[in-house]
Order: sequence, then C-alpha cells, then structure tokens
Amino acid sequence: MSYFRAENLSLHFGGLKAVDAVSFAVEKGEILSIIGPNGAGKSSIFNLISRIYRPTSGRIFFEDQDITEQPPYDIAKLGIARTFQNIELFENATVLSNLLVGRHRHSTTQLWQELLFLPSVRANEKVHRRRVEQVIEFLDLEPYRDKLISGLPYGVRKVIELARALCSEPKLILLDEPSSGLNVEETDDMSFWIRDMKSELGVTVLMVEHDMSLVNRVSDRVIALNYGRVLAMGSPAEVQEHPDVVAAYLGA
Amino acid sequence: MRFLFKTDYEDDIKLFPHSGYIISYGLLLALLLIAPYVLSSYLMSQLVFVCIYATVGVALLILTGFTGQASLGHAAFLAIGAYTAAYLQKYNVPFPVYFLAAGASTGIIGAMVGFPALRLTGIYLVIATISFALIVEEILARWESVTNGNEGMRVKTLSLLGVTVPRDSPTFYYLCLAVLVLTIVGTLNLLRSPTGRAFVAIRDSETAARSMGVNVALYKVKSFAISATITGFAGVLFAHKLSFISPEMFTLQLSIEFIIVILIGGTFSLHGAVLGAIFIVMIDPFLTYLKDDMPGIIAGIAATFGASPATAGNIQSNAAAFASLNGLKGAIYGIIIVLFVLFEPLGLYGRWLKIKLFFQLFPLYKRATFKRQKIYVKSERNR
Repeated sequence: MSYFRAENLSLHFGGLKAVDAVSFAVEKGEILSIIGPNGAGKSSIFNLISRIYRPTSGRIFFEDQDITEQPPYDIAKLGIARTFQNIELFENATVLSNLLVGRHRHSTTQLWQELLFLPSVRANEKVHRRRVEQVIEFLDLEPYRDKLISGLPYGVRKVIELARALCSEPKLILLDEPSSGLNVEETDDMSFWIRDMKSELGVTVLMVEHDMSLVNRVSDRVIALNYGRVLAMGSPAEVQEHPDVVAAYLGA
Repeated sequence: MRFLFKTDYEDDIKLFPHSGYIISYGLLLALLLIAPYVLSSYLMSQLVFVCIYATVGVALLILTGFTGQASLGHAAFLAIGAYTAAYLQKYNVPFPVYFLAAGASTGIIGAMVGFPALRLTGIYLVIATISFALIVEEILARWESVTNGNEGMRVKTLSLLGVTVPRDSPTFYYLCLAVLVLTIVGTLNLLRSPTGRAFVAIRDSETAARSMGVNVALYKVKSFAISATITGFAGVLFAHKLSFISPEMFTLQLSIEFIIVILIGGTFSLHGAVLGAIFIVMIDPFLTYLKDDMPGIIAGIAATFGASPATAGNIQSNAAAFASLNGLKGAIYGIIIVLFVLFEPLGLYGRWLKIKLFFQLFPLYKRATFKRQKIYVKSERNR
C-alpha cells in the first residue's frame, strides 16, 4: 500500500472539470512534483487534499486511512501541512507567533489551564518554543524572530511559510509553488532545504512547481497535468520528453 | 534605548520583558490602591466606571481585536449579566454565586450567538449582533415577570460575605479593580498560549488557520463565549454601581460606546481598552463642562473682539441653543470615531508608542516606521 494515495479524484465547477479523475500515489520519503500549464488543476488538487474544496468524486487515503471526509482542521492533525501559492501568513503577528501557530496540532492544554497559565502550560510552551527554534535554525530565520510579518520582504515571507508548515512536524508537506517570486539565490536555498527536509527531517514532499530547474534538481518523480488530467508520470527526464507534455507546453 | 538580550525561552514567554515594566506597573497599581484616600468621591465614581468599561473593553478586544469578529451586541451581554444578578438577588442568592452565575449565563448565550455568527463576516456579522442586541432589549422590556419591564429593577446594595459594600465605598472600587486586573491577567495568559494564537490566526487568515489544524468554528465560538462571560461579570458590577437597571440603559448607544473604547484606545493591545475606557468615561463630564461654559466663553471672546453687548448676548444664546441640541453627543462620538479611523488607526496606545519611540530614537525617528504597507495578494476566494 502506498503512503499517500488519490483515487479517481475529480473536482467539477458546474461544467468545468478542474480536476478530472486523477489518480496518483506518493511513496514514503519521496519528493513528488506536479507540473503543468496554468489552470491545469495543480493547486486545485492541493486544495482538495487540505479539504478547502470538497471533491466531486474520488477518494484520498493517507497512511491507509480514508481522509476524504475529514474536516479541514483534522488534515493538519494527521500530519499533512501545506504552504500557499499567494502566502497566507498572519500579517499582524510576529514571526515567532506565526511559527507557534504551526505547533497548534501539538497543543494539549485546556482553556482553563491557559487562563491561569499553569506550570503545565508553561512547560508545554517551552517545548513548542524549542521546536520552533530548531526550525528557525534549519531555515536561517534567526534575524526575524520578533519582526511583524507585515514589514518583511516577499522572499522572507515565503521561507516563513515553509517554516510554519515544518513547525507542525508534518509527515507529508504540500508545497504550492515554493519558488514563485524568489530570485535565483533564494531558489537555490529553497532546493537545498527541500532536499534536507527529505533527508534530515524525513518529510515526504508533494509540490507544485513551475521552475523546471528546481523540479529537476529535487524531484524523485514528476506528474504532468493538463486540463485536470494526468498526461505523464515518471522521472523528471521521462516526463519532460513525453510527447503529450511537449504538446501541452508548446502547443504542437 | 534598552536592548534585550534573551538567554532563555522563558524570556519570550514571561509577561514583563524587563524590570522596567515591573516598576512602572507596580507604581501604577500602588497609585490605584491609594486612589480612594486621595481622590474626590466624584472622581472615584468615575474611576469605578473606568474599571467597568475597561473590563468590557478587554472582553471586546478578545472578540474584535484578536479574533477579528466585530460585535455591536455587547450592551446586550452587559444587560444579561446585570439582569441575571438582579433577578437572583431577589432570591437572596449570595454575591459570589450570582456573580459566577451571571458570567456563566452570559457566556452560554454568547456561545449561542457565536454559532450563527460562524457563517457571517464583516458587516453582516455587525448586523447580526445589532439584531441580537435589539432582541435582548425587547425581551427585557416585555418579559415583565422576570425583568419588571420598562419600570426596571432595583439592585440591592452589594453584600460580600456578610459585609455590606455600598456602591461608593472604597471596597466596591477595589472589587471592580480586582475584576479588571484579573481579566487583564487572564487575557494576557490566554494570548500567550495556543488558544490566543489560534484567535489571532483566525483574524489574519482563516484559510491558513484551518490548514494549520485550528478548528475555526470551535475557536470562534470560544471567543464569543469568553468575551460574553467577561462582559457578564462587568454587567454585575455595572448593575451594583447604578443600583437600578432598566432596558433603556442597554441600547445600541452603549454598544457603540464600547466600540469607541477599543477604537480610540487601540485594537491591537490590551492597553487600548484601558486608555479608551478613560477617554469615554471622562469625555462625558468634559462635554457637560463645554455645554455649560462654552457659550459664555465664546461670547466673552466675541466681546473682546469688539462685538456689542447685544451681539455678544445673541451669540451666547445661539451657542447655548446649539450645545443643548438633541443628539449632539452622538454626533460628537461619530466625529471622534471618524477622526481616529482616518488619522490614528492605532488609537491612543499607538500614539503613545510613537511618542515613546520618538524619544528613544531621539534625532532619528522616521514617520514611516508605522506606515502600513497594503498587500493585495490574498486568496479571498478560498474563504
């Protein structure tokens, strides 16, 4: 059985088939990239997995558990974290509290304990803080700990969003265009981090990406989509040479 | 300027980042404790109202400032707290019991308001809470067997553990102060733990909060319930302070005053609730003073600039007529809100931070420090 599986996943908006009977599987510990032209349904698949959209039909399995009907907040509790294409950070909070929200799925304290800030809450907070610090160190975010998000440049925000996802100690991480809006050096850093996430933190990565050099450098396997359907699946080189993929991109 | 060197994770968790805070807040608390022996009874009475308004302000900050759910229904929550206390008092229930019961009943009703509010955002939520407030107001006026209708209810003098506490005694003031301080400390604790961070997350991006594992619906209801509970506690004190309650005390005007408290104080920090409460309680006597003395002063100025006594008298009577216009107070409140939203969206506390920073950085302060950048890329469609 595969680690993560989507079976005949479909999402229709009226007559528009944003995702049309897509099936794929992610093995534990691999980096799988989804590529495709604009509007191919890549982000829609992510939104289906994180339950922002409800699939028209099809099922999603994670660790042999059917998660198709789980409420969105439970998806994170199962260990699936994600980033967003257009950065969804908590603008008017500090970097630190943004990252601590990433720890939310590990919080065990009750409301009344928090109101009194009992020693147990304090101890938990310290554990959260230590885990957050490890992620800060992993992604070199030390200069920004107490800064407000609203004053930070785009490139840094992108990294903080990745950090917030990592703070939840995910088993599977969904990266929606991790390199969009980043310059060449930042994209380089991103590719190292994605590989380190796999090798050092043991996170399985599913990502949507347009930058083919990044895809080639990090992915184990690639899926090409167009008009909501899978065109090709395989190693990066195989997929790029696939005639349907060439046709989809070049219109030949 | 002080630089903080953090050496322990505790430094990010503790309430007072450095000794300066302990000294200044300790001094403030000491001043508040000796206030009854220094201030006149009129000012003491005002100070009690500041405590009550600030408590409601903190409650509203939790809901509006930190969870991002606007409410114009807090006068109704205050009324439910006040009426629960007054009703239970008739059956000789002791103070601690009806105090807690008022908080609990208001909290439950707050949670019930929270449920329909789950599907509403922004202006629609405001309308829903206004309707809730109107419904409560109507029920208070009609449910005569319990609320005594429009005739209102007398509230007996507070009796705490066998000791009577008159509403203008120092003990009553200390009680209000204690409720305020405990509310603030509890709220600060909440804000530095997972629940408070979930509130802020919901305010800034519901989509992201959800994908981080925050049960948005549950936390919105929690926020409503906590906010209502605190307001209910404040309602008990409010009832005792006024010693008489009737439905027309808890109108939309009062809800708007609470919104003014946090808008003027500043919606991003608990300091705002206290500063806003001082502002709203003190503006009333100030307006009365203006109403009584301003016409005479204007006429005096006119006379010194060479107006004949007849003209000056004319000006004075016109100014007096203007000052006693109906609804002038509401208009002034409206103008104040508009001016603050336009020119000082961070409120009085934001102004204070700017002044502080100006002196800390003395010749180097830049006005752009507090300029907010507008970000347009937000996936509104995922909401």
